[in-house]
This record gives sequence, C-alpha cells and structure tokens, in this order.
Amino acid sequence: MSTATPSATDMPEYHVIETPHHDGEEHPHETGTMLGFWIYLMSDCLIFGVLFAVYAVVGQNYAAGPSPADLFEIDMILLSTFMLLFSSITYGFAVINMQQRNTAMFYLWMVVTLGFGLAFLGLEVKEFTHLWHIGATPSTSAFLSAFFTLVGTHGLHVTFGSIWLVVLLIQVGLHGLTAENQRRVMCLSLFWHFLDLIWIGVFSFVYLAGVLQ
Amino acid sequence: MATDLTHLPAVHTDVHPIFGKLTWQSIPIHEPVLVGTFIGVAIIASVVLYLLTKYKWWGYLWSEWFTSIDHKKIGIMYMVLGFIMFVRGFADALLMRSQQALASMGYEGYLIPHHYDQIFSAHGVIMIFFAAMPFVTGFMNYVMPLQIGARDVAFPFLNNLSFWLTVSGAVLVMISLFVGEFSTNGWLAYPPLSGLEYSPSVGMDYYLWALNIAGIGTTLSGINLVVTIVKMRCPGMTWMRMPIFTWTTLCTNILIVASFPVLAATLALITADRYIGTQFFNTELGGNPMMYVNLIWIWGHPEVYILILPIFGIFSEVVSTYSGKRLFGYTSMVYATCVIMVLSYLVWLHHFFTMGAGASVNSFFGITTMIISIPTGAKLFNWLFTMYKGRIRFELPMMWTIAFMLTFTIGGMTGVLLAVPPADYVLHNSLFLVAHFHNVIIGGVVFGVFAGVTHWFPKAFGFKLDPYWGHLSFWGWIIGFYLAFMPLYLLGLMGVTRRLSQFEDTIYAAYFITAAIGALFIAGGIASFFIQLYVSIRDRDSERLRDDTGDPWDGRTLEWSTSSPPPYYNFAFTPRVHGIDTYAEMKRHGYQRPTDGFAPIHMPRYTASGVVIAGLLTVMGFGLIWHIWWMAAFGFVTAILWAIGHTFNYNRDYYVPAEEVRAIETARGPRMEPAE
Repeated sequence: MSTATPSATDMPEYHVIETPHHDGEEHPHETGTMLGFWIYLMSDCLIFGVLFAVYAVVGQNYAAGPSPADLFEIDMILLSTFMLLFSSITYGFAVINMQQRNTAMFYLWMVVTLGFGLAFLGLEVKEFTHLWHIGATPSTSAFLSAFFTLVGTHGLHVTFGSIWLVVLLIQVGLHGLTAENQRRVMCLSLFWHFLDLIWIGVFSFVYLAGVLQ
Repeated sequence: MATDLTHLPAVHTDVHPIFGKLTWQSIPIHEPVLVGTFIGVAIIASVVLYLLTKYKWWGYLWSEWFTSIDHKKIGIMYMVLGFIMFVRGFADALLMRSQQALASMGYEGYLIPHHYDQIFSAHGVIMIFFAAMPFVTGFMNYVMPLQIGARDVAFPFLNNLSFWLTVSGAVLVMISLFVGEFSTNGWLAYPPLSGLEYSPSVGMDYYLWALNIAGIGTTLSGINLVVTIVKMRCPGMTWMRMPIFTWTTLCTNILIVASFPVLAATLALITADRYIGTQFFNTELGGNPMMYVNLIWIWGHPEVYILILPIFGIFSEVVSTYSGKRLFGYTSMVYATCVIMVLSYLVWLHHFFTMGAGASVNSFFGITTMIISIPTGAKLFNWLFTMYKGRIRFELPMMWTIAFMLTFTIGGMTGVLLAVPPADYVLHNSLFLVAHFHNVIIGGVVFGVFAGVTHWFPKAFGFKLDPYWGHLSFWGWIIGFYLAFMPLYLLGLMGVTRRLSQFEDTIYAAYFITAAIGALFIAGGIASFFIQLYVSIRDRDSERLRDDTGDPWDGRTLEWSTSSPPPYYNFAFTPRVHGIDTYAEMKRHGYQRPTDGFAPIHMPRYTASGVVIAGLLTVMGFGLIWHIWWMAAFGFVTAILWAIGHTFNYNRDYYVPAEEVRAIETARGPRMEPAE
C-alpha cells in the first residue's frame, strides 16, 4: 500500500503490460460464456419453479373434471421418460467423442440423441392429442391448466433444444469442432441435461404423485 | 355516479383474417385529448425525421449507435430512452393531478373514468419499466465496465439486443396511445379484473406483450452484467476493492436474474388465461387470483430494490467524491447491500396484508420488512460519516444527495409505518401509500438519476452541465415534490383511496390543488433540466464547461483515469489495482499514462442483429395484441430464423492495431495532463 510520502520509486504498477495474442488462445471477453449460460439456466429453472409452485397450489382443483388417476397412462409416461433419460446418456457419449476428437462418432451420438428427443416429443404430442380428444383441455380446470402449462413448457424447451441441436450439427459440419463450436456443444449439453432434471421433477411430482393418489 | 359503459369499445368477437381485431374504430378520433396529443407527437416526430434526413444523420445513427455494441453508447441510448419515456409518464402525471384538482372542486373534469384508468396504468408501467429501469440499466452499462477496468461487457451483442428489446416494449406502449387503448388495470394488473371477462379490450394485451418482450431484455442484461463483474475485473480488483457502485450493480443484477423470470412466468400465466382459455385465476374452475398477487409481488418487491440499489451506489460515489474522502464504512456498505438483496425476497406479502393470511403470516412479513430498514439506515449513517470532517463541495450531485438523504428518510419512515399490519389495514390502497412510494422513488431513484447524470455527464461527453439551470431544476424538483406529495399523506390519513377520478365531496380541494401546484413546480424542474442540456451543449466549448482532463470532479475510481469521452476501447492498457479508490491513489503517486508500448486491442464488431430481432418481435407483439395471427407468426418465425442466422456469423471480433491505439492515445495525451 501507499506510504505517507510517496515518491516515483515506490510507485506500484498501475497498468498491465500486454502481449499480443492472435492465435487460438482464449479471448479475455469470452471466458464468461459458461458462467453466463449457467446463470441463464438458473433463471430458466425459476420459471419452472413458478410453474411447479402453481401446480402445487391448484393441481388438486379438478372443478368436477377429470383427475390425474383418470388421465395419466403411466406406462407411456415411463416410456417417454426413458427416451429422455437415454438421450442424456447419448449426449454424454457425444461429448466424450468430441473431447477425443472423434468427429464421426460425435455426429452419430448427436443424431441418436436427437432421435430420442424427437421420440419423447412424439409421445408427448400423442398424449396431449389424446387428452384433447377426451375433452381434457387446458380450459377444463385449473388442474389441467397447470398440467398443460408445466408439461408443455418443458416440451417447448425440448423442441427448441432439438432445433438448436440440428443447427449445431450444421455448424460443426461447416467449421469442424473448433473451440467456439465445442463451447456451443457444451452449452447445449448443459441445457439438455437441465431439461432431463426438470423432467424428473415433472415425472415425480406430476405423474407419479398423480397416479399414486 | 351511474356507470356509463357506452364509451367502452365494442368487443369484437369476430376476428378478421387479415386485420384481426383492428378496425377504424380502434383509432380514438373521438377523444379530443388523444387527438391533440397525436397531433403534437406527429408534429414533433415530423420535425425530428425531417432534421435527421436533412442533415443525413440516418447513416450515422445506424452505424454508430443503433448497431453499436459499445457498452458506453448502449448506456447513453438507455438514458435517452429513459428520458423520452419519463416525459411521457410525467405528462400522464400532470393529467391526473389536474383532473383530481378539478374533480375535488366539484367539476367533472376533462377525463372520463375509463380514460383516467388508462392514464394511471400507463403512468405506473412507463415510469417503472420504461423510465426508471432504463435509467438504472443505463448507468450500470456506462459506468460499471469503466469502474472495473474492462473494455466492454461480457456479451456485447446481447447487450445491444437487451436494449432493443426494452425499446420494443416501450414502442408497444406508445402505439397503444393512438391505436386502440392501454390497460385500465393499474401497473400490476390483478385478476380477475385483468382477465378476459372484465378486460376484453386490447389494452391489457398491450400491457402483457410490452412487458413480456421488455422483460426478456432485462433478464438478458442482468445475466450479462453479472458475468461481466464476476469475470472481467482488471488484475488486482478483488471483491472488496470494487467500487461501491459496482457492488450495487452486482447485487442489482443478481436480483434481476432471480426475479424477472418470476415476472415472465406470471405474465405468461395471465396471458394463457386470456389467449388459450386456461383457468389459473378463475375461481369458478379451481383457479386462484391470490396466487397471481403473490407471484407478481415475489417479482415486484425485489424490483423496487433493483431500482434503488444502483442509486445507492451512485450516492455513495458522489458523497465520497465531493467530500474528498474515502467512503466511510466501505465494508459495512457492501454487507448492507448484500443483506438488502437477500431480505428483499422475504417481504413480498407486505403488499397485501389485507389478503387475510392471518396474524402469524402478517407478523412475519411485517417484521422482515422492518428489518430491511436496518441495513438501509446503516447506509445513511455511512454517508453522513463520510461527509463528517470532509471538505464538502456543494456541486449539484452533492446537493441532490443531501436532498435525497432528507427526503428518503421521510419515505423510509412512512414505509416502516406501513409495515405494521394493523396500520396497513387502515392505510392500504390509500393515497398515503401513493405518497410513500413516490417519496422513496422520487426522493431516491429520480434524485439519484439527476445526481448521476450531473456527475458522469462530463465523463460521457467531455463537458459539464450548466450549473445555473441545474440549480433551477433542483429547486423545482425539491419544492415541487414536497408540495405534490405531502398533501397526499394527509389525504391518505383522511381515508382517500387511490386511483379515483371523481369526488363527491369538495372538502379535499385545497389538498389536491396544492398537489397540482407541486406538479407544476416539478414540470418547471424538468423543463429546466432540458434547458440545461441545451445550454450546456450550446456552450460546450466554453472555458467554464469544457473538461479536458477527464477528471473534472477530482474523482476516485477508475472511470476518471481515462479521457472524456473515453476511447471506444476504454483503456489503452488494462489497469492494475492495489486498493479501494484506485484513481485517487494513482493521482497521489503522480501516475503518468504510458505514451508507448501499445499493443493491439481485441474488440467486438458491431452488428445489426439486435435491432432486427427486436423489431421483428415488436411486429410479433403487435400481431398478438390485435389477434392478427399471420403477423404474429411472421414476426416470431423470422425473429427465430434471424437469431439462428446470427449464430452462423463466426467473424465477431477484431484487433485494433497498435498504431491506431497509439494515434488515439497521442491525440488525447495533451488533453490529460495530471491535475496537480
């Protein structure tokens, strides 16, 4: 720290002498991407938190309409749950292959992930259309409003994740597994596993708790 | 008074495939007040457009400002947006004050209730979301990266996009003035009033989509600034060496990230109720309107701290600079800020003690509310002790600060009074409450904005603001504020509720007329501020306003160590920090900026994507409001496609050659001889 009578000789250094760095080195203003994405995920998590809370508050209000036991086909839900869980595992395999610079296998596992994701979405669409057909729509009761909104918001996230995945595969095809693309793969990885985690909450608190009542 | 509903726009049950609910009847040509406003706005807009075209400023604005990802330019644009919307919101305030003054005298006044309801709703929405929020975001954007010795924020493009999303929301609110109408449901739009049954018109939809779109921008900006502070501080700047304004910026943005998603989800629920027929807030089919009130205030209470914390930071910088001392109790200031940040989540229920949650719940929230006054009080004492034995210079920022300390203390004490649940049962929804929150928002946020603008204006533009008109503005505001809001405390204690456009009794006339006179004083204060801007720009090269040093106030933090305005890369050399108030220490050591040894500087490129995406989302919002589904789909799909297209651009940054840095530094070198 400074003394009472400072002189030029004991002056601390007040700026950084910079050396130019042009090549592939980490750029100073880009190191925040993963942290930023984490914070985004936590803010997204809060949106789901609100939707879970809303479900907890009005999820038992059937308004003389159907209740979970009347509606949920737990076998199909279990199947779609496994679709999503498998997609997380296969995404993990893709990341491992990316780190080993095995582009072909990376592609393969990413496509498998996409397949599982689309299968999950297909099952969800099937469930929703079935419910719609038997008259259980979002406007039937507050329970069904909360149900469709919570599950549908998760489904929308998976949809956007799938679009992102396709876009990313094109970008890797164009530029290869550059540092920038690897970072994007890692961001989507976080996003994908996050959706898995949310789904575990949905499966436990909405479907399992619903049919066990 | 008989309820006259004939003026309500007819509910269009049939939706035209091309124009949706939009018809010629949507244009309010039968409202003389609105037609007059429209003509005024149209004339001003034509003059502005004419001048921009005549002097060929479009290209300059587009390439140097709209597409800019420079945090300083974005910060200035936020401030400009804030002032434009502030004038709009204040015009609403004048209308309300004059209407209430007339009504209290026994006249009917010139605003029908339906129009009056829109005005108080628009006033609240605009002042919070599109005036106060842009102000604090503008300050955080401009000042914080300079204070931490960074060259930009962590995600420069995102910063530009956040700004334009905020503009998008503001544009939708402004469109509602002349196309259709605005919400009549107050600034928080409680259901069931805001549901489709009682608010079938587009007003509520304008509210929803404006806030939905602007809210996304605010959340992204919050993420951006948190990462900037965590990751981009210059070497040596440890947590406990950050300037207090940077600390408050950090806490504010953590609050934004942790509360705006709740707003987004809550608005999404009521949007779903209105658009796809869900039953979240409809008691008949199991919904619960009080759930909305809880959720909106879980966002809403942190929101008021989002507004005031950065302002506390501004006052801290101002007090220490103009007292010529280090801030008293730096550490306690940091902890007070963090404690306020946490506590702001634990008090939301005090906004509706009358919900009937019971004595225990109300006591809990009453006590947590009162506890917040402890760290806030600690801050006030810190500012006082900083002034104690300081060499205080009564420049305008310091005057605003002292006015704030006096005014905010009164507002804080009435707040503690409202935190007592039994008292709140009497005062709830009364003008006492209105007086209280204007007392803290004007006495806190608005005074802080003027202090900050006067303090940092020379940094941003290289010349000071004219003090004469600044003093006039100051006294207009101070006198006007007390005249306008002290009567409201009394009226509230006498039982007058808020949001009334008509009165049966004339005994309140004296109070309302006093309040209206106060509003006129404030109008004088605002006019003086704009005259101050004009005079300062006119005389910018004069000896008394021009500042060549970059440090006109003998500043203490890093932003004053670079030239005014700073070069676009902020610092030719990344600063290295050894303590609090680094620049004061550098000056004590007689530090000289290096004149050679420049290295290339890594900077991001400008991009138009932010403007385009926000523009497309505005189109989407307009389509959704008017049920013009093809337009909504077009806006949404093209915005997504453009965003995806943007990710295919890998060429986002470049290096400023060392020679260019040298040229810029040499040019500004002679202007920055050390003060002593």
